[in-house]
Amino acid sequence: MPGKLKVKIVAGRHLPVMDRASDLTDAFVEVKFGNTTFKTDVYLKSLNPQWNSEWFKFEVDDEDLQDEPLQITVLDHDTYSANDAIGKVYIDIDPLLYSEAATVISGWFPIYDTIHGIRGEINVVVKVDLFNDLNRFRQSSCGVKFFCTTSIPKCYRAVIIHGFVEELVVNEDPEYQWIDRIRTPRASNEARQRLISLMSGELQRKIGLKVLEMRGNAVVGYLQCFDLEGESGLVVRAIGTACTLDKLSSPAAFLPACNSPSKEIKEIPFNEDPNPNTHSSGPSTPLKNQTYSFSPSKSYSRQSSSSDTDLSLTPKTGMGSGSAGKEGGPFKALLRQQTQSALEQREFPFFTLTAFPPGFLVHVGGVVSARSVKLLDRIHNPAFVGIMGNTRSYKLLDWNSFNSDEPETRDAWWAEIRQEIKSHAKALGCHAVVGYSESTSICEEVCILSASGTAAVLNPRFLQDGTVEGCLEQRLEENLPAGCGFCHIPYDELNMPFPAHLTYCYNCRKQKVPDVLFTTIDLPTDAAVIGKGCLIQARLCRLKKKAQAEANATAISNLLPFMEYEVHTQLMNKLKLKGMNALFGLRIQITVGENMLMGLASATGVYLAALPTPGGIQIAGKTPNDGSYEQHISHMQKKINDTITKNKELYEINPPEISEEIIGSPIPEPRQRSRLLRSQSESSDEVTELDLSHGKKDAFVLEIDDTDAMEDVHSLLTDVPPPSGFYSCNTEIMPGINNWTSEIQMFTSVRVIRLSSLNLTNQALNKNFNDLCENLLKSLYFKLRSMIPCCLCHVNFTVSLPEDELIQVTVTAVAITFDKNQALQTTKAQVEKSLQRASTDNEELLQFPLELCSDSLSSHPFPPAKEHLESASSNSGIPAAQRDRCSSWIELIKLKAQTIRRGSIKTTVTVEKASPMGEGNFRNRAAPPCANSTVGVVKMTPLSFIPGAKITKYLGIINMFFIRETTSLREEGGVSGFLHAFIAEVFAMVRAHVAALGGNAVVSYIMKQCVFMENPNKNQAQCLINVSGDAVVFVRESDLEVVSTQQPPANCQPLCTGGEVTT
Amino acid sequence: MTSELDIFVGNTTLIDEDVYRLWLDGYSVSDAVALRVRSGILEQTGATAAVLQSDTMDHYRTFHMLERLLHAPPKLLHQLIFQIPPSRQALLIERYYAFDEAFVREVLGKKLSKGTKKDLDDISTKTSITLKSCRRQFDNFKRVFKVVEEMRGSLVDNIQQHFLLSDRLARDYAAIVFFANNRFETGKKKLQYLSFGDFAFCAELMIQNWTLGAVDSQVDDMDMDLDKEFLQDLKELKVLVADKDLLDLHKSLVCTALRGKLGVFSEMEANFKNLSRGLVNVAAKLTHNKDVRDLFVDLVEKFVEPCRSDHWPLSDVRLFLNQYSASVHSLDGFRHQALWDRYMGTLRGCLLRLYHD
Repeated sequence: MPGKLKVKIVAGRHLPVMDRASDLTDAFVEVKFGNTTFKTDVYLKSLNPQWNSEWFKFEVDDEDLQDEPLQITVLDHDTYSANDAIGKVYIDIDPLLYSEAATVISGWFPIYDTIHGIRGEINVVVKVDLFNDLNRFRQSSCGVKFFCTTSIPKCYRAVIIHGFVEELVVNEDPEYQWIDRIRTPRASNEARQRLISLMSGELQRKIGLKVLEMRGNAVVGYLQCFDLEGESGLVVRAIGTACTLDKLSSPAAFLPACNSPSKEIKEIPFNEDPNPNTHSSGPSTPLKNQTYSFSPSKSYSRQSSSSDTDLSLTPKTGMGSGSAGKEGGPFKALLRQQTQSALEQREFPFFTLTAFPPGFLVHVGGVVSARSVKLLDRIHNPAFVGIMGNTRSYKLLDWNSFNSDEPETRDAWWAEIRQEIKSHAKALGCHAVVGYSESTSICEEVCILSASGTAAVLNPRFLQDGTVEGCLEQRLEENLPAGCGFCHIPYDELNMPFPAHLTYCYNCRKQKVPDVLFTTIDLPTDAAVIGKGCLIQARLCRLKKKAQAEANATAISNLLPFMEYEVHTQLMNKLKLKGMNALFGLRIQITVGENMLMGLASATGVYLAALPTPGGIQIAGKTPNDGSYEQHISHMQKKINDTITKNKELYEINPPEISEEIIGSPIPEPRQRSRLLRSQSESSDEVTELDLSHGKKDAFVLEIDDTDAMEDVHSLLTDVPPPSGFYSCNTEIMPGINNWTSEIQMFTSVRVIRLSSLNLTNQALNKNFNDLCENLLKSLYFKLRSMIPCCLCHVNFTVSLPEDELIQVTVTAVAITFDKNQALQTTKAQVEKSLQRASTDNEELLQFPLELCSDSLSSHPFPPAKEHLESASSNSGIPAAQRDRCSSWIELIKLKAQTIRRGSIKTTVTVEKASPMGEGNFRNRAAPPCANSTVGVVKMTPLSFIPGAKITKYLGIINMFFIRETTSLREEGGVSGFLHAFIAEVFAMVRAHVAALGGNAVVSYIMKQCVFMENPNKNQAQCLINVSGDAVVFVRESDLEVVSTQQPPANCQPLCTGGEVTT
Repeated sequence: MTSELDIFVGNTTLIDEDVYRLWLDGYSVSDAVALRVRSGILEQTGATAAVLQSDTMDHYRTFHMLERLLHAPPKLLHQLIFQIPPSRQALLIERYYAFDEAFVREVLGKKLSKGTKKDLDDISTKTSITLKSCRRQFDNFKRVFKVVEEMRGSLVDNIQQHFLLSDRLARDYAAIVFFANNRFETGKKKLQYLSFGDFAFCAELMIQNWTLGAVDSQVDDMDMDLDKEFLQDLKELKVLVADKDLLDLHKSLVCTALRGKLGVFSEMEANFKNLSRGLVNVAAKLTHNKDVRDLFVDLVEKFVEPCRSDHWPLSDVRLFLNQYSASVHSLDGFRHQALWDRYMGTLRGCLLRLYHD
């Protein structure tokens, strides 16, 4: 009996009138947890009852505490007939189970009914007394913290990042059970809501157990999804990254860094002293986790890798040797081995994180993705898998070897896909996949499973193995030029997995870089970027014949490669048209419908200073003899060139001119080609190879040989840039803008269009879809025009095909205002810096940091490094790196002579170069103080931070699932009125829960599902929404400054916390 | 390609003031879009008509959902569904309860009943205010009336507390409620020159001095109903005109005091008895409900019009009324000094306000 749950029902307000005669309500409340139910007294004749109940006490296992939601039902007492339900409140008590999160849940909760929506509010107080339980074999995982945030949460530091955790639970969908025929829609909806609540509790508990097994204490980047498979059931699955996190005890140590530039410089020396414990466990000091022995969790070892014979996990040591000729080659190889040994022990070296502690990410290979088409009722079906990004491969696999037992089947499906992803990453010379995510698209009995991520080489320092840490590791670190290091190719240039156009890095000129880089992660904070970024989308529709079961699955499988190819081509074209050379946050969604497939890829394009300038787009005609045609072509060509020039201006892309000699000529092509075959043979399962890398030619050639291609070019040019003052991106922050002011507006917009069935051709469809997305964006720009200058961040498009001729697009994003004047200054400064950087030659670079070192030794210890790291960590919130880097600075000074010979110059360059960037970063946080913090407001944002504010506490995960149904659609304002009200209600319920936890914001908010079904003829509609995020307490930086001068910042209390939302 | 569904929901509810005004003014979505197009917003923002249409629809939907809450403004403050900054909430409420001068003049003093509601079509045509807007304004009057009637305490305070209106607007509503309750006639042709502000000013004076609340603050409807006892007592004032000696004495007192100070002295002297009779008779008649309703008609007929036809300047009217009320204190034979002050103090204020072209 390790837990006692206590609940008190205080009062209700704004209750609906349940008794027509008196226009009043006789309300009472049922409080249910598990199988125990308590009731309050009936409060007669009031719409604002004051129950003031006793404490209802539930004595329960902590396992139940994790799984079960607290269920509060408000009813109207009726003497003669059955009591009428007014509505319910489900409270997830998980946040009360870990010590650092909320201690009490107390506040007004909207009373929700699946048919009527919100009907008044109820004031509830919930507490949990947990008893210590030393049972080793316990089934609960209380105390494991969950975060939706896909980076290390702001007030924690990562001690170890353990790696991938996944789990799924399957159940029958109550909506499809026989009993559903006889029960009311309300009962059915409630059964579903309750079941999903239970399943997510169970799932979270199971994931928590895995984390404990790995000796972690938290899950970061937790993503939980529902697959409504219909007849075949309901799948709740989750992935995340297990970590060992340390709470930063004294936030003061890193706070000033993000406040103001002047402050930073002044306070750095002081920061060293008040926070000695952050230094005590430097990399040279053995961490306590060294004693941990890694025991691979048994649940991982499944028979999943059966079909992959060649995907052995042994390291290919030969891979690193290819680059041995260069400086730092041996280190690279060493690093690779180190990382391998750390990652090898894992079945899936995947990380759901998209932003990392400084130094974690060493190299990025490119996007890897895999898709598979499955039949939900039968398992024998063709599957399709491919690599996305700079390379591509497709194949058909037969999964006959798997049984159809649930949930093993679903597990096996995902295991296969993950295995595939892993092998793709390997082919790119990478041992890990970061920014990893999984998704499904279901239509009738066909299901497309997708997984994607970014192949990467990681620094083993943060990974499990304690032995990696040491002086060796430090040398490795010196070897990494921040700002461009991640762009350097991780694969062997002589043995490339795909043809690419390599050049020497434009930043350090030491290593090779590809001509374009696609990734699913956020832009690393230290990356050198020129100009601003922008949202780039590729949109595509493909008609497909209606078919049944296997034939359908085959048809989809056949279409997928072409779709991926076209999406990729579109992305590449649009990227070039913007004059940019890299994509971040790439997310490709393929949606399956009855008679079509939709592809929507969103990413943020940027110009990485380390990568070469993209070539233009060349149009070539097929029939060159025709004069008028020729003229048309040249006209188009001119238009394209103009657009590129215009875009470069718009996004302030003006890279410094660098003469060819410095960079060196591109690697001769023949060598490249010859090696290509080897890489192909390496992964024997790749049946077809689609060459998507257009990088071989300097200019990008588009051949206009038919009307289709013509359409493509046209659509390329029809994308309208956002109105002036607006920027958009789908990553956390917008590259090139770093002076956010505190005004934020999170929103969800949904559009559904009906296609006229007459003109259903691929072109018409594409046009419709394109218009839908473009119009939606235009509407957003118009609606938010009062916020100019502003940036739409984390723009997240989701496409679904609810019916034959319906396309639904859901967008969630946040608009953040910024200070335009400051923005201009910083970009100018950046450009100057980069120019400066380009002009200085190696010798100068070598001298400068040495001077810096001696200087710093004499006055105060390591300020330059500190400054850089302070600022870098201000974004990622990981001071763990600080101390490591600091000690590496000592090392650097000691080993000056040797290290220079060994190519440590890069490290010093890093410092010099990263500081201006870092400055930019913290200026980003040092938004002008906003005086008017409205009391009771709960902010919501899909980002992991709140501009101009400091997150002081994480209160727990918010994961809510709602169903709303109506049988009076017209009366509720039609489909728009119905959904508008429902989404507003969902926001309200999220805010209420956060406020009850004592929080004032939700970060990393995401609407994972919005399934809308209508039947206008029957005047009915139903909608399911699943949202999640992290409840937090934040303090405005302006308030913080005042507080920190008056009292210890550790005690600083949020100004906006309180039991009540919106006064 | 037709849009089936098109919504935008912000964590903070977006309120476009211009669209709110159009909505309050009762324009349909298409009319509102047309008006917005005409305002040149498309050129300013580079948006398309379709975008404007979608935006307008969205705002209208939001306002429609908010309307239920606006009917009981404290609910708007405590509800959880729409997160709206307090300043915006205040704006929403204030604008929702704001009314058109032209409309209020039409219904001021009328019974807020279904019958009047049926006449809204005519009012709409007459004032060229949309029927929808007329309905909203009428319903607002009626709603406020229903809530505050039979309530204790100050009328203005009650309105402010239950509808969270600004002080000025709450005072206006107090006047509307007061007029509706006492059914003062304001629609006669003679009274057309008077603005709502004039009536509201009078209403405030009357609420302060002539209602039950003026003597006892612990009764229901204290600010809405006139003090019946007081009205009964007013009959006693008749002696001022009925008693010839008293009337002459009163006249001579006023004339002595004003000689040389008044530009229209001779006219005043000639008209004194008529004016005095008029003012005192109005008081004496107030026992009958019918005559209470005609209070303003009588005042204009018996006092404003005669003075106006003799071209009295306002300053002379003020001097005269001051002297006229003050001189009564010197009439030894007159015993109802307090009653006179309660009556004349208010009436003097009202008359001065009503005296203009």
